[in-house]
Amino acid sequence: MNAQSTRFTVLQRALHWLMAVGILAMLFIGVGMVSTVMPKYLPLLEAHKTLGIVILLLALLRLAVRFVYGAPALPAAMPAPMKLAAHLSHYGLYALMIGMPLLGWAMLSAGAYPVVLYGGIRLPSLLPPNAGLHALLWQAHVWLAFAFFALILLHLAAGLFHALIRRDGVFESMAPIAGPREGTTPAE
Amino acid sequence: MAQSPPPTSRAAIGSLVLIAGVVAAAAGAFAYTGGFLSPERLTPPKLVGALAPPGGPALGHRRNHAKGICFTGSFQSNGQGAALSKAQVFAKGDYPVVGRFNLGTPDPNAPDATVRVRGLGLQITAGGQVWRAAMIDPPFFPVATPDAFYALLEASHSKDPDAMKGFIAGHPEFATFAGWAGSAPFMASYAQDAFNSLNAFLFTDAAGATHAVRWSYRPQAQPEPLSPADFAKLGPNHLETEIAERVAGAPQRWTLVLTVADPGDPTADPSKAWPEGRRSVEAGTLVVDKVEDERDGPCRDINFDPTLLPDGIAVSDDPFPAARSAAYARSYNLRTAEWKDYPYQAPASPAAGSTVQP
Repeated sequence: MNAQSTRFTVLQRALHWLMAVGILAMLFIGVGMVSTVMPKYLPLLEAHKTLGIVILLLALLRLAVRFVYGAPALPAAMPAPMKLAAHLSHYGLYALMIGMPLLGWAMLSAGAYPVVLYGGIRLPSLLPPNAGLHALLWQAHVWLAFAFFALILLHLAAGLFHALIRRDGVFESMAPIAGPREGTTPAE
Repeated sequence: MAQSPPPTSRAAIGSLVLIAGVVAAAAGAFAYTGGFLSPERLTPPKLVGALAPPGGPALGHRRNHAKGICFTGSFQSNGQGAALSKAQVFAKGDYPVVGRFNLGTPDPNAPDATVRVRGLGLQITAGGQVWRAAMIDPPFFPVATPDAFYALLEASHSKDPDAMKGFIAGHPEFATFAGWAGSAPFMASYAQDAFNSLNAFLFTDAAGATHAVRWSYRPQAQPEPLSPADFAKLGPNHLETEIAERVAGAPQRWTLVLTVADPGDPTADPSKAWPEGRRSVEAGTLVVDKVEDERDGPCRDINFDPTLLPDGIAVSDDPFPAARSAAYARSYNLRTAEWKDYPYQAPASPAAGSTVQP
Protein backbone atom coordinates (compact mmCIF):
# COMPACT_ATOMS: atom_id res chain seq x y z
CA MET A 1 0.00 0.00 0.00
CA ASN A 2 1.42 3.38 -0.87
CA ALA A 3 1.02 6.46 1.27
CA GLN A 4 -1.78 7.83 -0.89
CA SER A 5 -3.96 4.75 -0.57
CA THR A 6 -7.26 5.45 1.15
CA ARG A 7 -8.20 1.89 1.98
CA PHE A 8 -6.68 -1.09 3.69
CA THR A 9 -5.82 -3.99 1.40
CA VAL A 10 -8.42 -6.66 0.70
CA LEU A 11 -6.43 -9.07 2.91
CA GLN A 12 -6.39 -6.58 5.79
CA ARG A 13 -10.09 -5.86 5.52
CA ALA A 14 -10.90 -9.58 5.34
CA LEU A 15 -8.78 -10.22 8.45
CA HIS A 16 -10.38 -7.29 10.29
CA TRP A 17 -13.96 -8.39 9.74
CA LEU A 18 -13.27 -12.09 10.20
CA MET A 19 -11.54 -11.34 13.50
CA ALA A 20 -14.24 -8.88 14.53
CA VAL A 21 -16.76 -11.72 14.37
CA GLY A 22 -14.35 -14.14 16.04
CA ILE A 23 -13.37 -11.84 18.90
CA LEU A 24 -16.93 -10.77 19.66
CA ALA A 25 -17.98 -14.44 19.65
CA MET A 26 -15.00 -15.19 21.91
CA LEU A 27 -15.94 -12.55 24.47
CA PHE A 28 -19.59 -13.62 24.53
CA ILE A 29 -18.64 -17.30 24.84
CA GLY A 30 -16.25 -16.44 27.65
CA VAL A 31 -18.66 -14.39 29.71
CA GLY A 32 -21.44 -16.88 28.98
CA MET A 33 -19.56 -20.05 29.88
CA VAL A 34 -18.43 -18.80 33.30
CA SER A 35 -22.04 -18.01 34.16
CA THR A 36 -23.55 -21.44 33.56
CA VAL A 37 -23.44 -24.94 35.04
CA MET A 38 -25.52 -26.40 32.20
CA PRO A 39 -24.16 -29.12 29.90
CA LYS A 40 -23.40 -26.41 27.30
CA TYR A 41 -20.56 -25.29 29.60
CA LEU A 42 -18.27 -27.98 28.19
CA PRO A 43 -18.73 -27.26 24.45
CA LEU A 44 -18.51 -23.52 25.18
CA LEU A 45 -15.23 -24.04 27.04
CA GLU A 46 -13.86 -26.14 24.20
CA ALA A 47 -14.95 -23.53 21.63
CA HIS A 48 -13.39 -20.77 23.75
CA LYS A 49 -10.01 -22.49 23.87
CA THR A 50 -10.07 -23.41 20.18
CA LEU A 51 -11.23 -20.01 18.97
CA GLY A 52 -8.64 -18.36 21.21
CA ILE A 53 -5.81 -20.17 19.45
CA VAL A 54 -7.31 -19.36 16.03
CA ILE A 55 -7.49 -15.67 17.02
CA LEU A 56 -3.89 -15.76 18.25
CA LEU A 57 -2.69 -17.16 14.91
CA LEU A 58 -4.80 -14.68 12.91
CA ALA A 59 -3.58 -11.78 15.07
CA LEU A 60 0.05 -12.70 14.46
CA LEU A 61 -0.64 -12.98 10.73
CA ARG A 62 -2.44 -9.64 10.84
CA LEU A 63 0.44 -7.96 12.64
CA ALA A 64 2.85 -9.23 9.97
CA VAL A 65 0.53 -8.03 7.21
CA ARG A 66 0.33 -4.64 8.89
CA PHE A 67 4.12 -4.35 8.92
CA VAL A 68 4.24 -5.19 5.22
CA TYR A 69 1.32 -3.09 3.94
CA GLY A 70 1.00 -0.38 6.60
CA ALA A 71 -2.22 1.59 6.99
CA PRO A 72 -3.79 4.57 5.22
CA ALA A 73 -2.86 7.85 6.86
CA LEU A 74 -5.52 9.38 9.06
CA PRO A 75 -7.14 12.50 7.57
CA ALA A 76 -4.99 15.62 7.96
CA ALA A 77 -8.01 17.45 9.32
CA MET A 78 -8.34 15.07 12.31
CA PRO A 79 -7.46 16.85 15.59
CA ALA A 80 -4.21 15.67 17.17
CA PRO A 81 -5.80 14.28 20.38
CA MET A 82 -8.21 12.22 18.28
CA LYS A 83 -5.30 10.86 16.24
CA LEU A 84 -3.45 9.99 19.43
CA ALA A 85 -6.53 8.21 20.80
CA ALA A 86 -6.85 6.30 17.53
CA HIS A 87 -3.22 5.17 17.63
CA LEU A 88 -3.28 4.22 21.32
CA SER A 89 -6.53 2.27 21.00
CA HIS A 90 -5.06 0.30 18.13
CA TYR A 91 -1.97 -0.58 20.12
CA GLY A 92 -4.34 -1.74 22.85
CA LEU A 93 -6.41 -3.84 20.45
CA TYR A 94 -3.34 -5.58 19.02
CA ALA A 95 -1.92 -6.18 22.51
CA LEU A 96 -5.19 -7.75 23.65
CA MET A 97 -5.72 -9.83 20.49
CA ILE A 98 -2.32 -11.42 21.03
CA GLY A 99 -2.14 -11.20 24.82
CA MET A 100 -5.53 -12.64 25.81
CA PRO A 101 -5.08 -16.07 24.16
CA LEU A 102 -1.56 -16.29 25.60
CA LEU A 103 -2.86 -15.35 29.06
CA GLY A 104 -5.57 -18.00 28.85
CA TRP A 105 -3.14 -20.67 27.68
CA ALA A 106 -0.62 -19.71 30.37
CA MET A 107 -3.37 -19.65 33.02
CA LEU A 108 -4.41 -23.22 32.20
CA SER A 109 -0.77 -24.30 32.20
CA ALA A 110 -0.09 -22.73 35.60
CA GLY A 111 -3.24 -24.44 36.87
CA ALA A 112 -1.88 -27.87 35.83
CA TYR A 113 -4.75 -28.31 33.37
CA PRO A 114 -4.30 -30.18 30.12
CA VAL A 115 -5.03 -27.78 27.21
CA VAL A 116 -7.29 -29.71 24.84
CA LEU A 117 -8.87 -28.07 21.80
CA TYR A 118 -11.66 -29.14 19.45
CA GLY A 119 -10.85 -32.43 17.79
CA GLY A 120 -8.70 -33.58 20.70
CA ILE A 121 -5.75 -31.35 19.71
CA ARG A 122 -3.51 -31.12 22.79
CA LEU A 123 -1.24 -28.13 23.32
CA PRO A 124 1.92 -28.23 25.41
CA SER A 125 2.14 -26.36 28.71
CA LEU A 126 3.47 -22.82 28.52
CA LEU A 127 4.42 -22.73 32.21
CA PRO A 128 5.05 -25.14 35.07
CA PRO A 129 2.16 -25.50 37.56
CA ASN A 130 2.06 -22.69 40.15
CA ALA A 131 -1.02 -21.75 42.19
CA GLY A 132 -0.05 -18.12 42.79
CA LEU A 133 0.78 -17.57 39.15
CA HIS A 134 -2.49 -19.23 38.14
CA ALA A 135 -4.40 -16.78 40.31
CA LEU A 136 -2.58 -13.78 38.84
CA LEU A 137 -3.13 -14.95 35.26
CA TRP A 138 -6.78 -15.76 35.93
CA GLN A 139 -7.45 -12.30 37.33
CA ALA A 140 -5.63 -10.67 34.43
CA HIS A 141 -7.59 -12.78 31.91
CA VAL A 142 -10.92 -11.82 33.50
CA TRP A 143 -10.31 -8.10 33.93
CA LEU A 144 -8.63 -7.66 30.57
CA ALA A 145 -11.60 -9.41 28.94
CA PHE A 146 -13.89 -6.67 30.24
CA ALA A 147 -11.34 -4.04 29.19
CA PHE A 148 -11.19 -5.66 25.74
CA PHE A 149 -14.96 -5.53 25.36
CA ALA A 150 -15.00 -1.88 26.48
CA LEU A 151 -12.24 -1.04 23.98
CA ILE A 152 -14.18 -2.78 21.21
CA LEU A 153 -17.28 -0.74 22.06
CA LEU A 154 -15.16 2.42 21.92
CA HIS A 155 -13.71 1.28 18.58
CA LEU A 156 -17.21 0.58 17.26
CA ALA A 157 -18.48 3.97 18.43
CA ALA A 158 -15.48 5.72 16.89
CA GLY A 159 -15.95 3.88 13.60
CA LEU A 160 -19.60 4.89 13.44
CA PHE A 161 -18.67 8.44 14.46
CA HIS A 162 -16.30 8.60 11.48
CA ALA A 163 -18.90 7.04 9.18
CA LEU A 164 -21.93 9.06 10.17
CA ILE A 165 -20.73 12.36 11.56
CA ARG A 166 -17.19 13.19 10.52
CA ARG A 167 -17.65 11.46 7.15
CA ASP A 168 -13.90 11.68 6.62
CA GLY A 169 -13.28 8.32 4.92
CA VAL A 170 -11.75 6.64 7.98
CA PHE A 171 -14.63 4.15 8.25
CA GLU A 172 -14.57 3.54 4.49
CA SER A 173 -10.87 2.65 4.72
CA MET A 174 -11.82 -0.53 6.58
CA ALA A 175 -15.38 -1.03 5.27
CA PRO A 176 -15.89 -4.55 3.94
CA ILE A 177 -17.15 -3.28 0.57
CA ALA A 178 -16.48 0.01 -1.15
CA GLY A 179 -19.04 2.61 -0.18
CA PRO A 180 -20.90 4.77 -2.71
CA ARG A 181 -18.50 7.62 -2.01
CA GLU A 182 -15.42 5.59 -2.76
CA GLY A 183 -13.36 7.06 -5.58
CA THR A 184 -15.90 9.69 -6.54
CA THR A 185 -16.03 13.34 -5.85
CA PRO A 186 -18.54 14.30 -3.21
CA ALA A 187 -22.06 14.58 -4.48
CA GLU A 188 -24.06 17.83 -4.46
CA MET B 1 -9.35 10.19 1.87
CA ALA B 2 -12.89 10.32 0.60
CA GLN B 3 -14.66 13.20 2.20
CA SER B 4 -18.37 13.88 2.37
CA PRO B 5 -20.12 17.05 3.46
CA PRO B 6 -20.77 17.19 7.19
CA PRO B 7 -24.29 16.25 8.29
CA THR B 8 -26.76 18.87 9.39
CA SER B 9 -26.85 19.32 13.16
CA ARG B 10 -30.20 17.56 13.29
CA ALA B 11 -28.81 14.57 11.39
CA ALA B 12 -25.70 14.61 13.62
CA ILE B 13 -27.82 14.38 16.75
CA GLY B 14 -29.74 11.50 15.20
CA SER B 15 -26.44 9.78 14.40
CA LEU B 16 -25.15 10.24 17.95
CA VAL B 17 -28.35 8.70 19.32
CA LEU B 18 -27.92 5.80 16.90
CA ILE B 19 -24.30 5.27 17.99
CA ALA B 20 -25.26 5.39 21.67
CA GLY B 21 -28.05 2.90 20.95
CA VAL B 22 -25.70 0.46 19.19
CA VAL B 23 -23.18 0.63 22.04
CA ALA B 24 -25.88 0.24 24.69
CA ALA B 25 -27.40 -2.74 22.87
CA ALA B 26 -24.02 -4.46 22.61
CA ALA B 27 -23.24 -3.83 26.27
CA GLY B 28 -26.71 -5.06 27.25
CA ALA B 29 -26.33 -8.26 25.23
CA PHE B 30 -22.97 -8.86 26.90
CA ALA B 31 -24.40 -8.29 30.37
CA TYR B 32 -27.31 -10.62 29.59
CA THR B 33 -24.98 -13.36 28.32
CA GLY B 34 -22.87 -13.04 31.46
CA GLY B 35 -25.93 -13.52 33.66
CA PHE B 36 -25.62 -10.06 35.18
CA LEU B 37 -29.29 -9.41 34.41
CA SER B 38 -30.47 -12.89 35.48
CA PRO B 39 -30.16 -13.27 39.26
CA GLU B 40 -32.15 -16.52 39.10
CA ARG B 41 -29.59 -18.24 36.83
CA LEU B 42 -27.63 -21.02 38.55
CA THR B 43 -24.07 -19.83 38.00
CA PRO B 44 -20.84 -21.44 39.20
CA PRO B 45 -20.29 -18.64 41.78
CA LYS B 46 -23.81 -19.20 43.10
CA LEU B 47 -23.43 -22.99 43.30
CA VAL B 48 -19.99 -22.78 44.92
CA GLY B 49 -21.14 -20.03 47.27
CA ALA B 50 -23.98 -22.28 48.46
CA LEU B 51 -21.45 -24.89 49.63
CA ALA B 52 -20.02 -22.53 52.21
CA PRO B 53 -20.92 -23.10 55.86
CA PRO B 54 -22.72 -20.27 57.69
CA GLY B 55 -19.41 -18.79 58.85
CA GLY B 56 -18.11 -18.50 55.29
CA PRO B 57 -15.74 -20.66 53.27
CA ALA B 58 -12.32 -21.84 54.46
CA LEU B 59 -10.12 -19.50 52.43
CA GLY B 60 -7.42 -21.13 50.33
CA HIS B 61 -9.08 -24.56 50.49
CA ARG B 62 -11.30 -26.54 48.15
CA ARG B 63 -14.85 -25.30 48.56
CA ASN B 64 -16.08 -28.85 49.14
CA HIS B 65 -14.19 -32.01 50.07
CA ALA B 66 -11.84 -29.57 51.82
CA LYS B 67 -10.25 -32.08 54.21
CA GLY B 68 -7.92 -34.46 52.46
CA ILE B 69 -4.53 -36.05 52.08
CA CYS B 70 -2.41 -36.67 48.98
CA PHE B 71 -1.06 -39.91 47.62
CA THR B 72 0.94 -41.19 44.68
CA GLY B 73 1.10 -44.61 43.16
CA SER B 74 0.20 -46.33 39.94
CA PHE B 75 -2.64 -47.79 37.96
CA GLN B 76 -1.76 -51.30 36.85
CA SER B 77 -3.90 -51.86 33.79
CA ASN B 78 -4.55 -55.48 32.89
CA GLY B 79 -5.67 -54.66 29.33
CA GLN B 80 -9.27 -55.84 29.82
CA GLY B 81 -10.66 -52.28 29.72
CA ALA B 82 -9.56 -52.00 26.09
CA ALA B 83 -12.72 -53.95 25.22
CA LEU B 84 -14.67 -50.82 26.15
CA SER B 85 -12.32 -47.89 25.49
CA LYS B 86 -9.37 -47.20 23.25
CA ALA B 87 -7.89 -44.89 25.92
CA GLN B 88 -4.19 -45.60 26.44
CA VAL B 89 -4.87 -46.08 30.16
CA PHE B 90 -6.67 -49.36 29.36
CA ALA B 91 -3.77 -50.83 27.41
CA LYS B 92 -1.84 -53.27 29.59
CA GLY B 93 0.80 -51.41 31.57
CA ASP B 94 1.62 -49.34 34.64
CA TYR B 95 0.67 -45.67 34.66
CA PRO B 96 1.56 -43.04 37.28
CA VAL B 97 -1.14 -41.77 39.62
CA VAL B 98 -1.61 -38.71 41.82
CA GLY B 99 -4.64 -38.70 44.07
CA ARG B 100 -6.32 -37.45 47.17
CA PHE B 101 -8.43 -39.14 49.84
CA ASN B 102 -10.94 -36.64 51.17
CA LEU B 103 -14.05 -35.95 53.20
CA GLY B 104 -17.17 -34.34 51.72
CA THR B 105 -17.15 -31.22 53.85
CA PRO B 106 -16.34 -27.55 53.25
CA ASP B 107 -14.44 -27.53 56.59
CA PRO B 108 -10.79 -28.68 56.35
CA ASN B 109 -10.79 -29.28 60.11
CA ALA B 110 -14.05 -31.21 60.42
CA PRO B 111 -13.82 -34.25 62.73
CA ASP B 112 -13.89 -37.41 60.60
CA ALA B 113 -17.00 -38.87 62.21
CA THR B 114 -19.06 -35.77 61.39
CA VAL B 115 -18.67 -36.37 57.66
CA ARG B 116 -20.84 -38.93 55.94
CA VAL B 117 -19.41 -38.85 52.43
CA ARG B 118 -15.81 -39.74 51.59
CA GLY B 119 -14.12 -39.09 48.28
CA LEU B 120 -11.24 -40.08 46.07
CA GLY B 121 -9.67 -37.62 43.62
CA LEU B 122 -7.56 -39.36 41.00
CA GLN B 123 -5.32 -38.46 38.10
CA ILE B 124 -3.92 -41.21 35.91
CA THR B 125 -1.45 -40.19 33.19
CA ALA B 126 -1.10 -42.49 30.20
CA GLY B 127 0.30 -41.75 26.77
CA GLY B 128 0.65 -38.04 27.58
CA GLN B 129 -3.07 -37.75 28.38
CA VAL B 130 -4.56 -37.33 31.83
CA TRP B 131 -7.71 -38.92 33.17
CA ARG B 132 -9.00 -37.06 36.19
CA ALA B 133 -11.89 -38.23 38.30
CA ALA B 134 -13.47 -37.40 41.63
CA MET B 135 -15.47 -40.23 43.15
CA ILE B 136 -17.40 -40.76 46.37
CA ASP B 137 -18.34 -43.73 48.52
CA PRO B 138 -22.18 -43.68 48.41
CA PRO B 139 -23.61 -46.07 45.79
CA PHE B 140 -25.78 -43.29 44.27
CA PHE B 141 -25.90 -39.51 44.30
CA PRO B 142 -28.35 -37.70 46.64
CA VAL B 143 -30.16 -35.86 43.83
CA ALA B 144 -30.94 -36.23 40.15
CA THR B 145 -29.93 -32.83 38.74
CA PRO B 146 -27.52 -29.97 39.45
CA ASP B 147 -30.49 -27.69 40.14
CA ALA B 148 -31.70 -30.16 42.78
CA PHE B 149 -28.22 -30.23 44.31
CA TYR B 150 -28.34 -26.44 44.65
CA ALA B 151 -31.84 -26.69 46.17
CA LEU B 152 -30.46 -29.26 48.66
CA LEU B 153 -27.67 -26.91 49.70
CA GLU B 154 -30.12 -24.04 50.06
CA ALA B 155 -32.53 -26.14 52.12
CA SER B 156 -29.81 -27.52 54.38
CA HIS B 157 -28.60 -23.99 55.19
CA SER B 158 -32.07 -22.51 55.48
CA LYS B 159 -33.32 -21.03 58.73
CA ASP B 160 -36.82 -22.18 57.80
CA PRO B 161 -37.44 -25.34 59.90
CA ASP B 162 -39.59 -26.79 57.11
CA ALA B 163 -37.02 -26.21 54.37
CA MET B 164 -35.66 -29.78 54.35
CA LYS B 165 -39.16 -31.24 54.54
CA GLY B 166 -40.14 -29.18 51.53
CA PHE B 167 -37.01 -30.23 49.68
CA ILE B 168 -37.56 -33.94 50.36
CA ALA B 169 -41.17 -33.69 49.26
CA GLY B 170 -40.04 -32.24 45.94
CA HIS B 171 -37.11 -34.64 45.48
CA PRO B 172 -38.17 -38.20 46.34
CA GLU B 173 -34.79 -39.60 45.20
CA PHE B 174 -33.22 -37.96 48.25
CA ALA B 175 -34.97 -40.45 50.56
CA THR B 176 -32.92 -43.28 49.02
CA PHE B 177 -29.73 -41.42 49.82
CA ALA B 178 -30.91 -40.51 53.31
CA GLY B 179 -31.59 -44.21 53.88
CA TRP B 180 -28.02 -45.06 52.91
CA ALA B 181 -26.60 -42.20 55.01
CA GLY B 182 -28.54 -43.36 58.06
CA SER B 183 -27.70 -47.03 57.84
CA ALA B 184 -24.37 -47.57 56.06
CA PRO B 185 -21.50 -48.30 58.45
CA PHE B 186 -18.41 -46.12 58.69
CA MET B 187 -15.34 -47.99 57.47
CA ALA B 188 -12.34 -47.79 59.75
CA SER B 189 -10.01 -46.84 56.87
CA TYR B 190 -10.01 -45.08 53.52
CA ALA B 191 -8.41 -48.31 52.31
CA GLN B 192 -11.71 -50.13 52.98
CA ASP B 193 -13.97 -47.75 51.09
CA ALA B 194 -15.31 -48.27 47.59
CA PHE B 195 -15.25 -45.12 45.48
CA ASN B 196 -17.83 -44.74 42.72
CA SER B 197 -17.98 -42.51 39.64
CA LEU B 198 -21.81 -42.37 39.94
CA ASN B 199 -21.86 -40.34 36.72
CA ALA B 200 -22.01 -42.27 33.46
CA PHE B 201 -19.40 -41.63 30.77
CA LEU B 202 -19.22 -42.77 27.17
CA PHE B 203 -16.36 -45.14 26.42
CA THR B 204 -15.39 -45.56 22.77
CA ASP B 205 -13.58 -48.72 21.78
CA ALA B 206 -11.05 -49.19 18.98
CA ALA B 207 -13.83 -50.22 16.58
CA GLY B 208 -15.69 -46.96 17.25
CA ALA B 209 -18.52 -48.48 19.28
CA THR B 210 -19.59 -46.49 22.35
CA HIS B 211 -20.60 -47.90 25.74
CA ALA B 212 -22.18 -46.01 28.65
CA VAL B 213 -20.04 -46.84 31.66
CA ARG B 214 -19.99 -46.14 35.38
CA TRP B 215 -17.04 -47.31 37.42
CA SER B 216 -15.98 -48.15 40.94
CA TYR B 217 -12.67 -48.57 42.70
CA ARG B 218 -13.38 -51.52 45.01
CA PRO B 219 -11.08 -51.97 48.01
CA GLN B 220 -8.92 -55.07 48.32
CA ALA B 221 -8.43 -54.42 52.04
CA GLN B 222 -10.61 -56.35 54.48
CA PRO B 223 -13.55 -54.11 55.49
CA GLU B 224 -13.98 -53.15 59.17
CA PRO B 225 -17.45 -51.62 59.31
CA LEU B 226 -18.06 -49.56 62.44
CA SER B 227 -21.07 -47.89 63.97
CA PRO B 228 -20.93 -44.07 63.92
CA ALA B 229 -20.24 -44.06 67.69
CA ASP B 230 -17.41 -46.57 67.45
CA PHE B 231 -15.89 -44.74 64.52
CA ALA B 232 -16.04 -41.42 66.41
CA LYS B 233 -14.00 -42.98 69.23
CA LEU B 234 -11.05 -43.36 66.84
CA GLY B 235 -10.47 -39.61 66.91
CA PRO B 236 -11.11 -36.51 64.80
CA ASN B 237 -8.24 -37.10 62.33
CA HIS B 238 -8.11 -40.87 62.41
CA LEU B 239 -8.53 -41.44 58.67
CA GLU B 240 -5.48 -39.46 57.58
CA THR B 241 -3.23 -40.85 60.31
CA GLU B 242 -4.44 -44.37 59.61
CA ILE B 243 -4.03 -44.32 55.83
CA ALA B 244 -0.56 -42.80 56.15
CA GLU B 245 0.52 -45.55 58.58
CA ARG B 246 -1.15 -48.28 56.61
CA VAL B 247 0.44 -47.26 53.31
CA ALA B 248 3.81 -46.82 55.00
CA GLY B 249 3.48 -50.49 56.00
CA ALA B 250 2.32 -51.81 52.64
CA PRO B 251 0.87 -50.45 49.36
CA GLN B 252 -2.94 -50.41 49.32
CA ARG B 253 -5.00 -51.61 46.38
CA TRP B 254 -8.37 -51.05 44.77
CA THR B 255 -9.79 -52.91 41.75
CA LEU B 256 -11.21 -50.75 38.98
CA VAL B 257 -14.55 -52.23 37.92
CA LEU B 258 -16.20 -50.81 34.80
CA THR B 259 -19.95 -51.41 34.63
CA VAL B 260 -21.70 -51.15 31.26
CA ALA B 261 -25.27 -49.90 30.94
CA ASP B 262 -27.92 -52.05 29.33
CA PRO B 263 -30.16 -50.25 26.84
CA GLY B 264 -32.68 -48.25 28.84
CA ASP B 265 -30.55 -47.88 31.96
CA PRO B 266 -30.65 -44.30 33.29
CA THR B 267 -27.37 -42.71 32.20
CA ALA B 268 -28.49 -39.14 32.91
CA ASP B 269 -29.47 -39.63 36.55
CA PRO B 270 -26.74 -40.55 39.05
CA SER B 271 -29.29 -40.84 41.86
CA LYS B 272 -30.47 -44.10 40.25
CA ALA B 273 -28.16 -47.09 40.59
CA TRP B 274 -28.20 -49.50 37.65
CA PRO B 275 -29.74 -52.89 38.35
CA GLU B 276 -27.50 -55.79 39.36
CA GLY B 277 -26.24 -58.15 36.70
CA ARG B 278 -24.87 -55.61 34.28
CA ARG B 279 -21.80 -56.53 32.25
CA SER B 280 -18.73 -55.54 34.23
CA VAL B 281 -15.04 -55.52 33.41
CA GLU B 282 -12.17 -55.49 35.89
CA ALA B 283 -9.73 -53.17 34.16
CA GLY B 284 -6.85 -53.09 36.60
CA THR B 285 -5.59 -52.17 40.04
CA LEU B 286 -5.00 -48.82 41.69
CA VAL B 287 -1.91 -49.12 43.87
CA VAL B 288 -1.35 -46.40 46.46
CA ASP B 289 2.23 -46.54 47.66
CA LYS B 290 2.98 -43.16 49.17
CA VAL B 291 0.83 -40.83 51.26
CA GLU B 292 1.80 -37.18 51.76
CA ASP B 293 0.27 -34.33 53.70
CA GLU B 294 -1.77 -32.02 51.49
CA ARG B 295 0.10 -28.87 52.56
CA ASP B 296 3.01 -29.54 50.25
CA GLY B 297 1.73 -32.68 48.60
CA PRO B 298 1.42 -33.29 44.87
CA CYS B 299 -2.40 -33.21 44.86
CA ARG B 300 -2.79 -29.79 46.44
CA ASP B 301 -2.84 -27.71 43.27
CA ILE B 302 -4.72 -30.21 41.13
CA ASN B 303 -8.34 -29.68 40.20
CA PHE B 304 -9.83 -33.20 39.97
CA ASP B 305 -12.26 -32.05 37.28
CA PRO B 306 -14.09 -35.17 36.06
CA THR B 307 -14.38 -33.83 32.52
CA LEU B 308 -10.61 -33.90 31.94
CA LEU B 309 -10.65 -37.14 30.00
CA PRO B 310 -8.35 -39.02 27.63
CA ASP B 311 -9.34 -39.82 24.05
CA GLY B 312 -11.67 -42.81 24.30
CA ILE B 313 -13.70 -41.47 27.24
CA ALA B 314 -16.25 -38.65 26.94
CA VAL B 315 -19.11 -37.18 28.94
CA SER B 316 -22.58 -38.69 28.46
CA ASP B 317 -26.05 -37.13 28.80
CA ASP B 318 -25.48 -37.03 32.57
CA PRO B 319 -25.67 -33.28 33.39
CA PHE B 320 -23.43 -33.50 36.46
CA PRO B 321 -19.92 -33.68 34.99
CA ALA B 322 -20.41 -30.33 33.19
CA ALA B 323 -21.86 -28.71 36.31
CA ARG B 324 -19.06 -30.14 38.43
CA SER B 325 -16.44 -28.93 35.95
CA ALA B 326 -17.87 -25.40 36.04
CA ALA B 327 -18.09 -25.41 39.85
CA TYR B 328 -14.66 -27.03 40.39
CA ALA B 329 -13.07 -24.40 38.14
CA ARG B 330 -14.69 -21.68 40.23
CA SER B 331 -13.47 -23.33 43.44
CA TYR B 332 -9.97 -23.70 41.98
CA ASN B 333 -9.87 -20.06 40.82
CA LEU B 334 -10.96 -18.87 44.25
CA ARG B 335 -8.62 -21.01 46.30
CA THR B 336 -5.54 -20.34 44.18
CA ALA B 337 -6.33 -16.61 44.43
CA GLU B 338 -6.45 -17.09 48.21
CA TRP B 339 -3.11 -18.92 48.34
CA LYS B 340 -1.92 -16.52 51.05
CA ASP B 341 -4.65 -17.89 53.32
CA TYR B 342 -3.65 -21.50 52.78
CA PRO B 343 -1.66 -22.83 55.78
CA TYR B 344 1.56 -23.66 53.91
CA GLN B 345 3.59 -22.80 57.00
CA ALA B 346 1.20 -24.07 59.67
CA PRO B 347 2.42 -26.73 62.10
CA ALA B 348 2.02 -30.20 60.72
CA SER B 349 -1.34 -31.83 61.35
CA PRO B 350 -1.41 -34.95 63.54
CA ALA B 351 -1.55 -37.04 60.38
CA ALA B 352 1.54 -35.47 58.88
CA GLY B 353 3.86 -36.96 61.51
CA SER B 354 3.17 -40.41 60.22
CA THR B 355 3.57 -39.63 56.52
CA VAL B 356 7.31 -40.15 56.74
CA GLN B 357 8.23 -43.02 54.49
CA PRO B 358 9.80 -46.11 55.99
